Amino acid sequence: MFSPLTQADRKAMLEAIGVARVSDLFAAVPEAYRYPPLRLPPPLTEMEVAEELQALSEDNETARDLVSFLGAGAYNHYIPAAVDAILSRGEYYTAYTPYQPEISQGTLQALFEYQSMVCALTGMEVANASHYDGATAVAEAAIMAYHVFRGKRPKVVLSPSLHPHYRETTRTYTQGSPIVFAGDDLPPAAPPEALLDEVDDQTALVMVQYPDFFGRVYDFTALAEEVHARGALFGVAVNPLALGLLKPPGEMGADIVTGEGQPLGIPLSFGGPYVGLFATRKKYVRKMAGRLVGQTVDNRGQRAYVLTLSAREQHIRRERATSNICSNQGLMTLAVAVYLSLLGKEGLRQVAELNYQKAHYAARKLAALPGYELAFPETPFFNEFALRCPGPADEIAAHLLEHDVIPGYPLGEAYGEAFRDVLLVAVTEMNPREEIDLLAEMLGEVH
Amino acid sequence: MAMKVREPLISELSAPGRRGVRFPESDVPASPMPKDLLRADLPLPEVSEVDVVRHYTRLSHFNHAVDINFYPLGSCTMKYNPKINEAVSRLPGFAHLHPLQPEETAQGALRLMYELQEALQEITGFAACSLQPAAGAHGELTGVHMIWAYHQDRGDTQRNKILVPDSAHGTNPASSAMSGFWVVEIPSDERGNIDLAALKAECDDTVAGLMLTNPNTLGLFEEHLLEVIETVHAAGGLVYGDGANLNALLGIARPGELGFDVMHLNLHKTFATPHGGGGPGSGPVVCAPHLADFLPGPVVVVKEEATDDLPPLYGFRMPPKSIGRVKSFHGHFGVMVKAFAYIMMLGAGGLRQVAEDAVLNANYLRVRLQDAYHIPYNRICMHEFVAEGRWKDAPDVHALDIAKRLMDFGFHPPTNYFPLIVHEALMIEPTETESKETLDAFAEAMLQIAGEAHTNPEVLHSAPHATPFGRVDEVKAAKELILTWE
Ligand SMILES: Cc1ncc(COP(=O)(O)O)c(C=O)c1O
Repeated sequence: MFSPLTQADRKAMLEAIGVARVSDLFAAVPEAYRYPPLRLPPPLTEMEVAEELQALSEDNETARDLVSFLGAGAYNHYIPAAVDAILSRGEYYTAYTPYQPEISQGTLQALFEYQSMVCALTGMEVANASHYDGATAVAEAAIMAYHVFRGKRPKVVLSPSLHPHYRETTRTYTQGSPIVFAGDDLPPAAPPEALLDEVDDQTALVMVQYPDFFGRVYDFTALAEEVHARGALFGVAVNPLALGLLKPPGEMGADIVTGEGQPLGIPLSFGGPYVGLFATRKKYVRKMAGRLVGQTVDNRGQRAYVLTLSAREQHIRRERATSNICSNQGLMTLAVAVYLSLLGKEGLRQVAELNYQKAHYAARKLAALPGYELAFPETPFFNEFALRCPGPADEIAAHLLEHDVIPGYPLGEAYGEAFRDVLLVAVTEMNPREEIDLLAEMLGEVH
Repeated sequence: MAMKVREPLISELSAPGRRGVRFPESDVPASPMPKDLLRADLPLPEVSEVDVVRHYTRLSHFNHAVDINFYPLGSCTMKYNPKINEAVSRLPGFAHLHPLQPEETAQGALRLMYELQEALQEITGFAACSLQPAAGAHGELTGVHMIWAYHQDRGDTQRNKILVPDSAHGTNPASSAMSGFWVVEIPSDERGNIDLAALKAECDDTVAGLMLTNPNTLGLFEEHLLEVIETVHAAGGLVYGDGANLNALLGIARPGELGFDVMHLNLHKTFATPHGGGGPGSGPVVCAPHLADFLPGPVVVVKEEATDDLPPLYGFRMPPKSIGRVKSFHGHFGVMVKAFAYIMMLGAGGLRQVAEDAVLNANYLRVRLQDAYHIPYNRICMHEFVAEGRWKDAPDVHALDIAKRLMDFGFHPPTNYFPLIVHEALMIEPTETESKETLDAFAEAMLQIAGEAHTNPEVLHSAPHATPFGRVDEVKAAKELILTWE
């Protein structure tokens, strides 16, 4: 259907090859298995597909059709139109990985800019050209830390308030490897210092989240210092949008910063594709996984960019590579670069502040409702907070859904009985005051 | 010498006070800010929207892409990406769907995922599918973990090595090593097949599995495929299929029926989703019944069958012995929509036509080039073939020179230096979406270059000439390590 060959072309080509029929080209395929009938629906035209998928898409009620306060690692933010205008250019999205720099300077320079902006945001020295998402970036951080100490420190301490998906993914990644985990069997809401009990001379990495899964914001400077004193690396998984406002982890002594880049110009899209940010100190650059773009010149004396330090990667080093990653999230890094350029210094700060203000207004209102309180009233937060409800949060959420409101993410499933009544509420610039007031009204009616 | 700058960095376009986008003023009463936690400075560029749009548009002009011209990059299946796929993946009902929404609000998306799982199983002849992996290598890691978990589950814990042919892609050994296995390389024989004797010698009770790419990276269908698979199975190992080359087999053969146990697919190759300048891909894993319980999850299932008045209710379920999650949420849904639209448009007949035309195009190019280029395993190939970019009588010409010279003709070069078992490899994969005219024009360019290699090698060494950038100094980049604009 998308092949331009005519019957006449096919005939001429078969003749040139010297075979009579196309099926002669498949003689090496064992005959008993050749040409299996495929039971698939009959083919549709483009017009029919457009109609069917339109209908299917309308079977969903999205975060924008409903009044939604759902976050928990993916957030409903405004994406300026120029982001998709650039992403829709075939020059970007129909290119491959920029292995041939002479005809890939568009992708390469954009990646270099992305790396630079990730460093600016996180306060780190080098950033790679992306991992798959926030979860796999944490997994890669654990593996990198293990290799920094040449396997002599097999323990990775994961904060219990690190996103449950990040912790699960990291465990899956390291199945069969000598890496062992500690920390996340602490009480879920344990303060960061509690992790120190687990940090010893076997520990390669302590990994926390900022803001953490419950939305809380801690200054990790003292913790990082103590972790360093015990010889381990300190890693922070960030919501990069929060860094429009908050002190960057680089200033707190982080050795590795990972992050879920979705809030920076990437649609929710039912969970992906997003982008995993990964940044570290320059001294660890050779231990870092993933692609990396460096500046150089071409033979005409022009400034140019090229993939560099590829001796770390699978296509050169094979089983001794720092990771198996090959394709990454190229186009999503472009979304991040365009988004951050459009918003810039002032815009990112403004949108981060809007998130902060709206979430704090919502928290005040909801905590004032009878039977409701903030689960962590003493700890600062950014755009998400844990709300203790007068009954099981999943039941309250189910009730509000009947009125087209998603009040947040019930924490019972991820954190068990103690969090059965707790709702994780995210508020972004997309939630006008009326929606927050409506949420308060509806929650107030529950009891 | 002063550096010429073709396009400034976005940071170099910055001027204090410029803004690209503004947000509404806050509509809620202000709360105090946590002063100790605020950052002092945010060193991002300050540019206007027009600066941003022009900058990234101008940069885009420096790229080669499938939308511009032929891109015969072996192993990467750079086929045309239908535009309708882009449109449907951006439908608001998909784009604004939060991954943690209650299942009853996401039935359209869940049904799409379910039907895509079913379609991929049908196309490949497997029993189960997880759409979670993000790319091919991620699918490999997933599949190898499943093999590990399968043996552990059976108490067969001494199996500690994975066999990988020397022609394999680098991700195969890297994925095996990440899963904690020893990697044992198996040589290829003189016909480009896996060396059966060497394979048999390694097939003992410590073998966990074999990673096999079929057609292999020479573009050849393994001539002893069934025997290879039987040999590994007889030793108690499992066979992993690297699905990078599935384009040649659509409607031609089903890997599940051939005996593979588990395999990843690259939606960003076979199923026409774009590569995005390096991603996002999507690497679903399909497997035989005995591995289904180990799939990463959650996977989409029918939770309540359809009734007379109600459609089925779809939902997520974790397979009972799942290796766990391999990423956040459910995989690259936006990419799945594109692949699903593609499969809907092609149907069974269209998919087979894809494979047939892809193989026809590859063989046609192969015979057009075979007199001028040495093709080490020259027989009927599948969707791609590998030529050597070297001649005895033009000793200082390398595959790289040919690659760079091709750019002057407006073509993206073939894959260089892979597979490693061919010297100066040029791996050529035309795909089915190219016309005979395009193939002829490419062949003419290749023939001219072969001539130049003998008569005027300098024009190759100094290539490319007609591109906005000339050869790039990789050594300088690695030495100076300028990785940000700071
Ligand atoms: C044969 C083969 N296997 C695996 C991969 C890895 O796939 P991905 O880049 O999607 O991770 C590739 C990609 O180029 C490949 O060609």
